[in-house]
Order: sequence, then C-alpha cells, then structure tokens
Amino acid sequence: MSKGRFGIHGGQFVPETLMNAVNELEEAYNRYKDDPEFIAENERLLNEYAGRPSLLYYAEKMTKDLGGAKIYLKREDLNHTGSHKLNNVIGQILLAKKMGKTRVIAETGAGQHGVATATVAALMGMECEIYMGKEDTDRQALNVYRMELLGAKVHAVTTGTQTLKDAVNETLREWTRRVNDTHYVLGSVMGPHPFPTIVRDFQSVIGKEIKAQLLEREGRLPDAVLACVGGGSNAMGAFYEFIPDKSVALIGCEAAGLGVDNPKNAATVANGTLGVFHGMKSYFCQDEYGQIAPVYSISAGLDYPGIGPEHANLHDTDRAQYVPVTDDEAVNAFEYLSKTEGIIPAIESAHAVAHAMKIAPDMGRDKIMVINLSGRGDKDVAAIARYRGVEIYE
Amino acid sequence: MSKTAQAFKNGKAFIPFVTAGDPDLETTKKLIIAMAESGADLVEIGIPFSDPVAEGVVIQQADERALSSGTTTDKIFDMVSSLRKELPTLPLAFMTYINPIYVYGSEKFLARCEELEVDAVIVPDIPYEEKQELLPYCEKHGVDLISLIAPTSEERIKTIAAEAQGFLYCVSSMGVTGVRSEIKTDIGAMIRNVREVSSIPTAIGFGISNPETARKMACHADGVIVGSAIVKLCAQYGRDCVEPVRAFVKEMKDAIRDL
Repeated sequence: MSKGRFGIHGGQFVPETLMNAVNELEEAYNRYKDDPEFIAENERLLNEYAGRPSLLYYAEKMTKDLGGAKIYLKREDLNHTGSHKLNNVIGQILLAKKMGKTRVIAETGAGQHGVATATVAALMGMECEIYMGKEDTDRQALNVYRMELLGAKVHAVTTGTQTLKDAVNETLREWTRRVNDTHYVLGSVMGPHPFPTIVRDFQSVIGKEIKAQLLEREGRLPDAVLACVGGGSNAMGAFYEFIPDKSVALIGCEAAGLGVDNPKNAATVANGTLGVFHGMKSYFCQDEYGQIAPVYSISAGLDYPGIGPEHANLHDTDRAQYVPVTDDEAVNAFEYLSKTEGIIPAIESAHAVAHAMKIAPDMGRDKIMVINLSGRGDKDVAAIARYRGVEIYE
Repeated sequence: MSKTAQAFKNGKAFIPFVTAGDPDLETTKKLIIAMAESGADLVEIGIPFSDPVAEGVVIQQADERALSSGTTTDKIFDMVSSLRKELPTLPLAFMTYINPIYVYGSEKFLARCEELEVDAVIVPDIPYEEKQELLPYCEKHGVDLISLIAPTSEERIKTIAAEAQGFLYCVSSMGVTGVRSEIKTDIGAMIRNVREVSSIPTAIGFGISNPETARKMACHADGVIVGSAIVKLCAQYGRDCVEPVRAFVKEMKDAIRDL
C-alpha cells in the first residue's frame, strides 16, 4: 500500500493518471541505482562535467572574525551552473534516458534548478521545458534568458501566487498531459515517492564528500552542519551521511522573510501544520481550512510553503533542528561573506551563513562547523542592490 | 446498494459539477436546485482549493473566485444543510483535494458528510495506494470513497475496480479537467476491463462539454460527468448563471436519457 514514508510523512498523493509513471520511475531507479554501469556514468559526469568533488574550504577570516567555531564552507557554488542542483539533475536525466524518455520538464524557483535541467538536457539531447512563476521570471530575468540560451522553453506561470508552488502545480499538470515520453525532473526532496528518496540519494554526494574531506583535514567529524531549507534538497544532501552520527548537529535554515510573526514569511517548520500537498504528507504553511498560504521570501528558491517529508521526520524525531532566518539577516550575511571571504553566496545559501554568524561565536574554538554553500550569488546581485536602494536592473 | 449507485437507476446518469461559492454560496444552492429540477441524477459539489493540481484553468479560476468571495468548508456545509431541507433525496458528492479534508480533520469532515447525507467524496489526489488515508472514516460514516481510473491505468484498472464503491470515475483523457474538442482514449476498452471484475456503475468525466460527446460517452458507460462546461457558464453569467445552467443540464440529460 502506501510507499515512501518517513515516519508519518511522505507517500504518493497524486492523481491516478500519474501513478503508473511514479511506479515506473521507482522500478527504474531500483534497477539502476546499484547498476555498476549507471553508477560509473553518473560519477564520470559528476567529476568531469559538474566538477566534483567540490572544495571544502576553511573560511579562516570568517572564523577569526566571529571568534568561535572553526568554519568550513562546502563549495557547491563551484559546481558547473553554480549550485548543488546539478547533482540531482545529472542523475535524474541519466535515469530518464535509460527509461526511454525523450523530453524533460521541471519547475524552478530562483532558476537554479531550471538552469541545471536545461544544461543537462542540452548535454544529453533531451527536449526541455521549464515552468517558473511569473514573479520569479521577473526577479530572475537573467536565468530565464540563460535557460533559453541552453535550448529550453520557459513558461511563465501566472496562476496562484506566481511563485515556486505554482510552478510545481503547473509542471504536475503538464506531466499529466504528457506522461509517456516525458520525465518530470523534480528539483527538491519533495513530491510523491520516489522523488524524495531519489533526489536525496543523488544529493547525498555532498555529505559523503564533507565527511571524507573533513576526516582528511581534521581527522574527525564536524560538530554542526548547516544548510538552507526550502524544499530541502541541499540540506538533505548535506545531512544524510551524518544522520547516524549523533554527535553532529544538523541545522536547517528556513526563510523567515519579514519575520516569523509577520505573514510575509516561508518558515514551514516554525509556522506550518501537518498537511498533504504536492504528493506528500508533510508540514505546510496553510490556513485552518487547508488552503495553502501565499508565502514570501526575498529568496525565490526558498519561497515554498512546504518542506520535504524526510526533513519533517528529522524534525519530529529531533534529529535535525530547523531555525528561521529573516530577509534582513540573509542580506547581511550575503554582504558579510562577500566582504570577508571574497565569496558571493546565493541569497538562499546566505540564510545558512546568517545562522552560522549567530551561533559560531558561542561555540568553542575547538568546535567545527560546516556550512553548505549551496549556490553562488551572481544571480542575486541586482536584487540585493535594489534591496539596498540601488536601482540596478539586469 | 449505496445511494450513490441509485443515481444510475434513472437511465444513463447525468452528473454535473459546480464549484461551491462561485460566485457565492447562495447562487450555488440555487444552481444545485435548478440542476436537480432539470434532470441531474447526482450533483458533484466542488470544495474550492487554493492549488487544484488536477484542474484545468476554468475550474482553477472558479476556485480562486470562490475562495476570494470568502467561501470556507464550514460555510459550504451550512449551504448543504439548508439545501437538504429542499432536496432531501438528491444524491450528492463532494469533490475536493485531500488537504482541505485532512486539515479540517478527516473524521470531523466525514461525520459532517454523514449528518448532511452527502453520499460520496471524490478526491483526485488520493490514488488507490493511499486510500487508507480516508477509507476508514468513509466506512465509519457510510460515505462512498469514489475511485478513479485514467487512460494510463492499464493493468491497475482491475485492482481499482474490484474495490471501488458507489461508482467508478473514468477519466476520459490525459491531463487536467477542461473542455476538449475530442476524446481519443479507447473508452470502450477501459470499461471492458472494469466489467471483467465488477458490475459497479461507471461514469466518464474530463472533456465532455456538449450533447454529442455526452451521447458518445454514454454509449460506453452508465453516466457522464460535466464540470468545466458548467463552470464556464458560471464565469460568464455570474449570479445570473442559474437559468443558462438549468437549460444546459436539461439538454445534456435529454441527450443521454434513452440510450
């Protein structure tokens, strides 16, 4: 019966039209995930095309400036296309090819997942269409052009709140229209089973590398791993390897927008309640009648009213901690990391940097913290300038 | 036999859909009465949802209009309660997504359905594998949980049909709800698969908008479901939609009555 549960969360709450597709995907994934040829091909692309392993960088200036824990940055921003998203996309499109699909579709918020999907679709010769909320095509116009340059067709979604959740709605609708030749490259650890598991597995390379790199550098595990959480794919990728290592604190940083007490936020664990949406049982920002709330964050990639089901379960079981970070704090961290380390983080990743700035000073100097720097911030520069009152448009 | 199945005792069944609260609940109540008077055998009342992923743009917009006019699940229950005084026996079904039911409280929701004699619930994002999410509450309160089959269901059809209750909702086409110029699926083959395991009444929905298509579909099945074509009239005429919908429902029922 019900599959893909993480505690009470997860499941496969999708229309009947899609059930054979998700079942076929599960079968194909189970067949290929342990297939030596598939693993070798995936690894070759990760290493030779994406540029893995990504660096684990000791942020010495930041460490000294904050005066507490030793801070390492996992440089997912250095991947080809500028974020962790490529890890999952390479795996899924490889799988889609094995399944005989000729066309891929995907949702995108900030555009990072859309760009990654368009990139790998170009590489592997797949037709590609991307769904992006109209509000996001406006605030991330450069990424729209980038996707088009890569040969993808970009649809601006004008329904609902015109952001990430509506892009997911529209991609799900398109998938029900045309499921036979089309694979939905879901970009986060969310949606119906088997997506949360598949995406987590393809992203778990992040945590595996962190562990190996830190063991080599420091001879031990970190005390804390921090990552930003929207749907939660970079966080799940960074956390997964460390779940059995109970000494490692896992901290997910949610987008609190204008503040958790202000309606304009997207902090699902802080403000959400149990629900069933986008194929999964999990926590969602919603009203007493189960109408999904119009969430807000300065970060298009974290502007999502739900959280992946495995995160919901890590929260329920207290294995991970989820903390809210406001727009203001994230923008400060964006500028801080740029000035302190010469690294411009994605505004999404800046949420994790912001929380690190809060807690690192109170941790002992013998402690080690790893921040997953999930993406680079080039795409955000104009928006941050406008946030600071400088009228720059791309 | 459940009251839902009795809707199929009056020739081929015509099952209209209306989004509750579009443009307001008073109009919805009048619409349902008009539909019953012009021959509807069962009425599907849509509880609007902010993110209806199985709907095309016509019903999406109806949901938006209904929610922005302040429609809530409780107010819909109140409307049905008042409707039941005038239409005590018309078979009724709620169509909505799992989240509004789950967040309202599945037990509380289905207890209200029983109280109001709502005979069935149709929840498109509850596939066969997840039906335990609702089935225990449906069974406790004597409400049918309607199963859906789709053109992609293939070998799943028999498994689903064997356990279906009330009637089996056959999705005619790929994609979301909405008016279509033609239906290409081999509906006959779908229904034959059903018949191998079950004698449950079947109703075809998605894309049916005129008497000709309704007749064609009703040759294969025991009834037809029409949503977007009616909701379009609601969008076009607003509060004045009752008479156009009354005429449309009569035309549709007349087209299939004697098949």
